[in-house]
Amino acid sequence: MNDASGQPVPAPAKMDVELAAAAPGQARIAIRNLDFFYGATQALKRVNLNFPERQVTGMIGPSGCGKSTLLRVLNRMYDLYPGQRASGEVLLDGRNILDPDMDLSVLRAQIGMVFQKPTPFAMSIFDNIAFGVRLHERLGRAEMRERVEWSLTRAALWGEVKDRLGSPAAGLSGGQQQRLCIARTIAVRPQVILLDEPTSALDPISTLKVEELMDELKQDFTIALVTHNMQQAARCADQVAFFYLGELVEVGPAAAMFTAPREKRTQEYITGRFG
Amino acid sequence: MSEPAEHIVKSYEQELTRLSDLIARMGGLVESEVALAAAAVVDQDVNAATRAVETDPQVDALEREVEQFSIRMLALRQPVASDLRRIVAALKITAGLERIGDYAVNAAKRSMVLSHVPLSFSLTPIASMARMVQENLKTVIDAASQNDPQKAIEVWRSDRMIDDLYTAIFRELITYMMEDPRNITPCTHLLFIAKNLERIGDHATNIAETVHFAATGEVLPDERPKGVSSAFAIDRPEA
Repeated sequence: MNDASGQPVPAPAKMDVELAAAAPGQARIAIRNLDFFYGATQALKRVNLNFPERQVTGMIGPSGCGKSTLLRVLNRMYDLYPGQRASGEVLLDGRNILDPDMDLSVLRAQIGMVFQKPTPFAMSIFDNIAFGVRLHERLGRAEMRERVEWSLTRAALWGEVKDRLGSPAAGLSGGQQQRLCIARTIAVRPQVILLDEPTSALDPISTLKVEELMDELKQDFTIALVTHNMQQAARCADQVAFFYLGELVEVGPAAAMFTAPREKRTQEYITGRFG
Repeated sequence: MSEPAEHIVKSYEQELTRLSDLIARMGGLVESEVALAAAAVVDQDVNAATRAVETDPQVDALEREVEQFSIRMLALRQPVASDLRRIVAALKITAGLERIGDYAVNAAKRSMVLSHVPLSFSLTPIASMARMVQENLKTVIDAASQNDPQKAIEVWRSDRMIDDLYTAIFRELITYMMEDPRNITPCTHLLFIAKNLERIGDHATNIAETVHFAATGEVLPDERPKGVSSAFAIDRPEA
């Protein structure tokens, strides 16, 4: 892959991690025996899961099952809150990101996140992208323009906004704002993108555009997708993980999960029989 | 996997129940169609033959109903996992049942010709074959309506005996034809009737495979126990 300036972007280093049972491809993130607590409440129990390189891993499960908590662990967002703690290992490039001496700003540049509701900054479209890049890199004006164009192009938004980069981002439609947030996330060139129900606030066509975008982005990035929309998991994910009450019940290729899941709990959840 | 709990959406559950009911009804009709055809052949009962032929339009109508209903469910419910397997299975099972009905009709029509011809040999082997086929058909229809993979495997395994019996009947009928050319007309019809019965057995086996997949999510192996194919059974004197 090349960035906008035509410079080859170095291929992400491969990790030497054992693969989980159903995960094809090399693991970009490997979670080992992860426990997570909100105070005295255990929200994740002994989770072992690999996120294969350049694949979409969909995480499904009823509310409170721990899937969003897992995303919050992956970029150490829980650090912002007292009383929340994680134990076990989350390996990125062989390094445990739960280590207290992990540099969080570096980590969050490597693992970007997009939220349920579009969260554009009260700035121009251009600055929404440039803001994050400036925190991590010193780019000249021309380079910065190239980076912004590259990000917006990758996020399938460039054509729609290229003539009004100076206008406020708030003027964009909801779907465009969400793609802007995705552009902002990939602008710092992360390895992994976390998507927390990225289309739940969008109309069906904007949803399809974001889904198409995920398909494009997985050529370069490893994607973790939390979704309540089972069909979305079926459409977008290569591998699907089903969580229930803080446990990872089952993980496998999406086609297998939605035709013949191994576990009864998975079956009952995805067919709408959970009692 | 044990029988799943009920759907949260009641109308979805009712639709799945209706689908099972339609298959059970179609299965019942096809069972009686085959029974009538068998009686028509074995007892040379023209009345039974007529009733078998008259049953077929109802079977065809039920197949169309299941097809439309299944397509509607696929479009509106977007089923996954066991529900998806069950609905796709409904389409395949009813297609199989419809074919079985056609074979029964063909046998019944041939029996009408046979009823005018005096037979110089016993129909006992054909009667046994018809009984075995009917038994398998009944078991597989039960398996489909009870979502029972064990019963399905039973049928899948026992088709071999039907194939063996067919091969024996094939040889026997050829012998009668060689003995007396006047046997050629009835024996030819009986050959086709035996072939129809054998095909009914094969379709019952296919349905068994479908039922097994719908119930368990596992595909039975490609190779099932098979008898010697009559197509290769050459009747020649021992050297």
